[in-house]
Amino acid sequence: MVYDSRPAPSAPNVHVSATTERASVRMTLIALAVAFMLLVLVLPLVLVFSEAFRKGGEFFLKSLTQRDAVAAIQLTLLVAAIAVPLNLVFGIAASWAIAKFEFKGKAFLITLVDLPFSVSPVVSGLVYVLLFGAQGLIGPWLKANDIEIIFAVPGIVLATIFVTFPFIARELIPLMQAQGNGDEEAALSLGANGWQAFWHVTLPNIKWGLLYGVLLCNARAMGEFGAVSVVSGHIRGKTTTMPLHIEILYNEYNFAGAFAVASLLALLALVTLVLKTVLELRFGDELAATRRH
Amino acid sequence: MEDISVRHVRKEFSRYPALHDVSLDIEGGELIALLGPSGSGKTTLLRLIAGLESPTAGQIFFGEEDASAKSVQDRNVGFVFQAYALFRNMTVLDNISFGLRVRPRQTRPPKEEIRKRAMELLELVQLGGLEKRYPQQLSGGQRQRVALARALAIEPRVLLLDEPFGALDAQVRKELRKWLREIHDRTGHTTVFVTHDQEEALELADRLVVMSQGRIEQVGTPDEVYDRPNSPFVFSFIGESSALPVTVENKQLWVGGRAIGLAAPEAPEGVARLYFRPHDVELVEGQACLAGVVVASRRVGGTRRVELEIGGDQGLVEIDLPFDHPAGEKSRIAFRPKRWQLFPVAAAAG
Repeated sequence: MVYDSRPAPSAPNVHVSATTERASVRMTLIALAVAFMLLVLVLPLVLVFSEAFRKGGEFFLKSLTQRDAVAAIQLTLLVAAIAVPLNLVFGIAASWAIAKFEFKGKAFLITLVDLPFSVSPVVSGLVYVLLFGAQGLIGPWLKANDIEIIFAVPGIVLATIFVTFPFIARELIPLMQAQGNGDEEAALSLGANGWQAFWHVTLPNIKWGLLYGVLLCNARAMGEFGAVSVVSGHIRGKTTTMPLHIEILYNEYNFAGAFAVASLLALLALVTLVLKTVLELRFGDELAATRRH
Repeated sequence: MEDISVRHVRKEFSRYPALHDVSLDIEGGELIALLGPSGSGKTTLLRLIAGLESPTAGQIFFGEEDASAKSVQDRNVGFVFQAYALFRNMTVLDNISFGLRVRPRQTRPPKEEIRKRAMELLELVQLGGLEKRYPQQLSGGQRQRVALARALAIEPRVLLLDEPFGALDAQVRKELRKWLREIHDRTGHTTVFVTHDQEEALELADRLVVMSQGRIEQVGTPDEVYDRPNSPFVFSFIGESSALPVTVENKQLWVGGRAIGLAAPEAPEGVARLYFRPHDVELVEGQACLAGVVVASRRVGGTRRVELEIGGDQGLVEIDLPFDHPAGEKSRIAFRPKRWQLFPVAAAAG
């Protein structure tokens, strides 16, 4: 046996960052997070699809091609096709005004833009009923002129626009504020008119942020339940959007049918998520959302 | 080659005055520096000339024409922004040709012509071969050149530059300075640039406009402004300076009860403030002079800068000595300013 008085070689001096916790703490925290994610996010998503196919692929297809389901899908697409472009215009206009100009009442306008986020969707729906409904403020006048808003498609569109308004504006305001007025001033000093400056300079500068906002706005427009539920009147095949149609099927104990339609919405969510992630990875520095921290 | 005339221009930002009654005449083809500390109103004046701001009162003339009523688009000025403001979604060539491409159809040159002109400008700013690059792929100095080429492309009546070299490192700055002077001499544009760097202004400009707190302090050639500053502010802002309280008595200057050998036959009797340049002094012995004890000394380039405490607690001044001067700490040094100016104490305080 060789006697060696030197201390046994200790473990190599591994560099430990000051913000790192002990291994046991890390494992526990990670396990907790993963378990929570599985339980709350992944499991429900898997369930949606498994429930949708519970009665087989044929029933799944039938549930989607049934007359009321097709009408609901069409209505949802129609509502999104109106609400998203309108909010695109409103959102650009609002963020343009807020980010590029100084005026009185700016803080109030920002609060107003955020209002739909802080108000319960049900309340926003009710407001429209109070305004346009039969007993509402201008309801009688609308009725006299044969204009239907509540319990009809215009009401659903209005409610959806209201609820999804902040998505694009909220994304663009910080982005445009960070970019400042320099590029526009440069364009104007070179002789461009306002429209040319907007089209050639402002819009390209915000395009990825805008797309990001549109994506989120669209996802919410198609999935909105509360506000739409209040103003829709639930007339089957006429004023039911996909989320409302799902509720009806579910209340009728047609679980497989409900989940079949729900799986479409879940699919939309997944596609949105993928596109959103791609945008964040590729154009992260041009998005306000990834810039905030 | 357009004259610019700024007449009694006042500018307020939400009732906070940025410029008070500023008048300035710039001759065609001149290269003018607006020089001043931050908050002096120099950038505001430049933006007013460009039409990016409109004056609260007063007028701005380009030649015989009142430009104050015109928008920035119609003034036809080439403006180079501090952070360049290059269009990040466009190539270098598209950036340079932007001003021509957005012209209305009647005045827009044909596509080939636009391209040709942009390429020529690219050569002028020595960036040939980089036309397909995007701004992010260029160095700071290169971006600066693109910004200048873009401003020149619209054949501007005047060229305005806001802190053109502010964001560049010292070496590049020196090169670009020389290069801007060359471009100016070649194209002959009336050029106004804003800077807070007095060295840059002295080296580059035909005339300097020294500004402070929204007012023009002095206008003149670099020599005039450096050698005959008209206020304590200009004296201390342009170049190095030392100042000392003095008394004028019997047409002589006195410090701490001693005549210092400077005659001031014109100056009113009483207290005043003496200004001189640290390098503009002569060392004297045994005559009436200023004398002080060295409290600090450091090497500056080819000379030694020493800080002296003037006898009788009169204050600290800095003077330059030859680098091999044997003066050490606590040495007594006697000197006399060769060139100097007196300002009343009230003006010096303000």
